[in-house]
Amino acid sequence: MHDADSIVVERQDFAGLFEILRSLGYAVVGPTVKDQAIVYDQLSQVDDLPIGWTDEQEAGHYRLRRRNDAALFGYAVGPHSWKKFLHPPRLRLFQAERSEDGAMVFKQEPVEAPKYAFLGVRSCEAHAIAIQDRVFLEGAVADPTYRERRIGALLIAVNCGFPSSTCFCHSMKTGPGISQNTKVDIELTELLDDEGHRFVFQARSQKGQTIVDRLPARRTTRGDLDAAEALVAEATETMTRELNAEGVRDLLYANLEHPRWDEVADRCLTCANCTMVCPTCFCTTVEDVTDITGDHAERWRRWDSCFTLDFSHMPGGSSRQTSKSRYRQWLTHKLATWHDQFGTSGCVGCGRCISWCPVGIDLTEEIQVMGQSTQGVPSS
Amino acid sequence: MSETGQSKPKLAVWKFASCDGCQLSLLDCEDEFLAVSEVIEIAHFSEATRRSVPGPYDLSLVEGSITTPADAERIQRVRAESRYLVTIGACATSGGIQALRNSRDVGEMASVVYASPEYLDVLETSTPIASHVSVDFELRGCPVNKHQLLEVILAFLHRRKPNIATHSVCLECKARDSVCVMTAKGIPCLGPVTQAGCGAICPAYNRGCYGCFGPMESPNCAALSAQWKAMGVSDVDIVRAYRSFNGYAEAFRVESERHESI
Ligand code: SF4
Ligand code: SF4
Ligand code: SF4
Ligand code: SF4
Repeated sequence: MHDADSIVVERQDFAGLFEILRSLGYAVVGPTVKDQAIVYDQLSQVDDLPIGWTDEQEAGHYRLRRRNDAALFGYAVGPHSWKKFLHPPRLRLFQAERSEDGAMVFKQEPVEAPKYAFLGVRSCEAHAIAIQDRVFLEGAVADPTYRERRIGALLIAVNCGFPSSTCFCHSMKTGPGISQNTKVDIELTELLDDEGHRFVFQARSQKGQTIVDRLPARRTTRGDLDAAEALVAEATETMTRELNAEGVRDLLYANLEHPRWDEVADRCLTCANCTMVCPTCFCTTVEDVTDITGDHAERWRRWDSCFTLDFSHMPGGSSRQTSKSRYRQWLTHKLATWHDQFGTSGCVGCGRCISWCPVGIDLTEEIQVMGQSTQGVPSS
Repeated sequence: MSETGQSKPKLAVWKFASCDGCQLSLLDCEDEFLAVSEVIEIAHFSEATRRSVPGPYDLSLVEGSITTPADAERIQRVRAESRYLVTIGACATSGGIQALRNSRDVGEMASVVYASPEYLDVLETSTPIASHVSVDFELRGCPVNKHQLLEVILAFLHRRKPNIATHSVCLECKARDSVCVMTAKGIPCLGPVTQAGCGAICPAYNRGCYGCFGPMESPNCAALSAQWKAMGVSDVDIVRAYRSFNGYAEAFRVESERHESI
């Protein structure tokens, strides 16, 4: 949260942020209304933001709703996440040509890395980016596309004031307020009260500082800071969903044959929407294509999911034939094996997989049921 | 060198009971199709050329379903003359829209439609090609996607696995950035139980998926229907949704019958 170094920008001066970002060569991307949802896309001006809009979310349900004010950030996360910019859904990895003498010549793909300013990153999302940083950058080999895009990206984070009913970041310790050790460049809080419509800005990195320094601003007052804190406190209060993050890893390991897996498999469509919308899921597959002559080949990478049969295809077929085994893979990876693999949870409590599951399967409910009827003693 | 000893592999395109739309997809490939014809001999393709070269053929593309005794015999001959046989489209892979008659009395329908039904010689059912002969690859779609069709031909030509996904439409829908019409607009969508391939066109234009590519690899139609019912869709409309181009495909047929009996 903010401290005394923060500044206040009035609503009418907020457009200045866009000008500064543009002058520094950033492509600004952030929330905007499209197809009856708040999605992430290119923004060219303040008016592109979802002014006066909010969302209503439930399991398998998302609706845009009008607010009775003109807030710029008065909603929770939507179907998109920043992963689509840092880890694109489709990417050509290389091309190969057959040369005159029949040898294969590889052509390396230039890394395309637009310089993005992410405007409106939520705390859970900043955590999700940090998790993907571990996955893509801290392994044996760094992913070049992710690395270039990530290095160039500027994260302008917003403290959450209006979580949706599917959010449970508080119990995952990833929000709704942005904590001191969360890696972002700028932190801001939107305030809309008797004192007016204004934004508390705080630089959280060197890069962020140069931008904040250029904004037309005044110093924060005690009142501004208290209001910002109250907003986040209230957001925490209104959050109804929760997941008992303590011990969930052991709970899952002790219940790999729990009958609940069969019940959820009866409902699960194995459609993969949950993994597509999840801001931390990173899986891909590759496809080789050839042209008619066979002299030119390309390798493409595209998002894949542990819900597809091909994902676990080995000699003899898919090793996860049943939807039970696929749902179990998803949930145990997010909440259990991720800890062993990357030292963190694979879930930040953003609630997307709940809202965007066409049949409204809710992982917090699954964990709760398993916790109440655990079959084994969770070992620790 | 082709398998049949010619310099270029020979391609044949066959039509059974169908609307010709899938063959049109091949013609629709235009420039690519011309390029294909330089490396593959178009030995038989009535929709494109009158010229017909006798078999055997390296690759046969078969459109349409089997609806007459004569076609039931003809497909045997096509199979015998083809090294690889690939079925294209909903008719060839699931019986097509004409399979709607499979649960009706064909004789009675014919007497209503035709002045002289005695001239007809049809089977009771419309069935997919794979119910009659062994099929090397099934390419779904009503009609097939021309890029997928080209991909199958290229994969055959270069002896590699075709990149044809069998998962749900939802992966394509998300990859193209569409907002889910089921969850955000309350529009019933067959995408979660339908095989990808079209590029998730309909949800991008505010419609639910119609199921043109047939059941995906692990369809859970019962769970999707339960959600549709919760959204207010009637059993009659659920039957209609499943009983279209791919209505005779096992998963869709079972689901429509389940709701018919309710
Ligand atoms: S598992 Fe669900 S709630 Fe957790 S981060 Fe992924 S989408 Fe969000
Ligand atoms: S949950 Fe599935 S799709 Fe997501 S990262 Fe794990 S294995 Fe990949
Ligand atoms: S949990 Fe929901 S979104 Fe995920 S695969 Fe199953 S039905 Fe699809
Ligand atoms: S609109 Fe249809 S195809 Fe797209 S994600 Fe939703 S259910 Fe799947």
